[in-house]
Amino acid sequence: MQKLQDIDIRVEAPVDRLVQHGNAVPVLHEILHALRRLGETEESTTIDLRSIPFGPGDEELLLDVLGRGEVAVKLETLGVSEIYETAFAGVWIVDHRNTEGERIALQIEITRVPEILFTQVADLTDSISRLENRLRTPDGVASLSNPMNGRRRDG
Amino acid sequence: MADSNTEIKTLGESLRQRGVSRRGFLKFCTATASMMALPPAMVPAIAEALEKARRPSVIWLSFQECTGCTESLTRAHAPTIENLIFDHISLDYHHTLQAASGEGAEAAREAAIHENFGKYLVVVDGSIPLKDPGFSTIAGISNLDMLKETVAGAAAVIAVGSCAAFGGLPHANPNPTGAVSVSEIIKDKPVVNVSGCPPIPTVISGVLAHFLTFGGLPELDDLGRPKVFYGQSIHDRCYRRPFYDKGLFAETFDDEGARKGWCLYRMGCKGPMTYNACATTKWNQGTSWPVESGHGCLGCSEPDFWDGGGFYNAISIPDGDIARNIGLGAVAGVAVGAAAGMLNRNAKADAAARHETVTVDDLEKTS
Repeated sequence: MQKLQDIDIRVEAPVDRLVQHGNAVPVLHEILHALRRLGETEESTTIDLRSIPFGPGDEELLLDVLGRGEVAVKLETLGVSEIYETAFAGVWIVDHRNTEGERIALQIEITRVPEILFTQVADLTDSISRLENRLRTPDGVASLSNPMNGRRRDG
Repeated sequence: MADSNTEIKTLGESLRQRGVSRRGFLKFCTATASMMALPPAMVPAIAEALEKARRPSVIWLSFQECTGCTESLTRAHAPTIENLIFDHISLDYHHTLQAASGEGAEAAREAAIHENFGKYLVVVDGSIPLKDPGFSTIAGISNLDMLKETVAGAAAVIAVGSCAAFGGLPHANPNPTGAVSVSEIIKDKPVVNVSGCPPIPTVISGVLAHFLTFGGLPELDDLGRPKVFYGQSIHDRCYRRPFYDKGLFAETFDDEGARKGWCLYRMGCKGPMTYNACATTKWNQGTSWPVESGHGCLGCSEPDFWDGGGFYNAISIPDGDIARNIGLGAVAGVAVGAAAGMLNRNAKADAAARHETVTVDDLEKTS
């Protein structure tokens, strides 16, 4: 009986190398227009890539053209999100993942700094309260030397 | 921070009690907006609404169905945004998922109705047999009686899957059980049709998220489906659309056109007459969808798709030339929009009426 490895297999070039769907190019034009708006009027733009009908290779081409720039941030809440500025200053990739590492949102933000990176007012208030509580007791101050103390539960 | 001893009433409190920061909450809202197909600019409004969202009671009824709709939802990857939403709703009755059975289960359903009268949601999967109540019963109660009794105090009904929305497979010719959809029975409550065989899990949870967020139902199309997910045809959102516009078609599953990813129209793709979110939301954690896998759309979110004349028969082409009528140059199929949709709708109605197929010669006359 013929074994699996005896069967001739002809490897063809991946289809996505043969096909250009061209769906990344309109998004790049949209980014260019958004960059101009940001420069002229400070108006920020967010493009949700979930709503774009990409074919195989389109997203890879888009992200490849945009490249990576000087800033990359790892956000650890409800899973890890990666946020980085592309090679085009002012164009950010916001890649949200859940705790299983699966993508739950992929957006391009054309802005100076993505909104989610700013410290939120509610978190600031919470921080003040927690640090006050720590400083209120000798034990709380002593345990501050442990870098893991004071971390939020969702990290 | 909510006191853990008090009952958690809003989603904001629920998330904070889990230690989720405001920044994490914004991430949750961003993903929820994306899931609901709402523009990113709405994230602040969603955050404000979700912060105050209260925990709704949900009663899930399964009638003449294959459990594929529940599978679609529960086999969704976990834990996800959908899970957080489902953690937040109170699923008080689902006879496939619940541990209780018989009188205990029915008592839970009756208690949920009584305690949340006028405010709870009813989710239905499966069609309802009218020819003989004995075709499908639960705890000795006919599907028709259980539906009417349960819906009486509901705020709204969500018909999940093509069986509940349009009758589906049980309704296919010759319809031996006299199967009908939910909306053919329920006339005095809002009914949202989340069609598909099965529906995309994100679409199911997107509708629930909309209710949770805005306390109401999304805008619906003429078939009772949420426009945010069913507002455009598969064809108009298909990444292969540029090939259709250029007249480049796959003729078989293994020809040059198939390998190059050309349009599957001539192989029976029902994308032009099908309204659903597969082309953008995709399946299996966004991995792919039928057309991307090389198979035409079956049209499973449309009424009577089982009786459409064959999955591999090309649908009739519209009387007019789509490319000329809407103007070519619509970039990459992204913005073709409503004009083609109207043409496709007309073509669908004609095709459905005639059940005609076309030959390759017919197609070449207009492509």
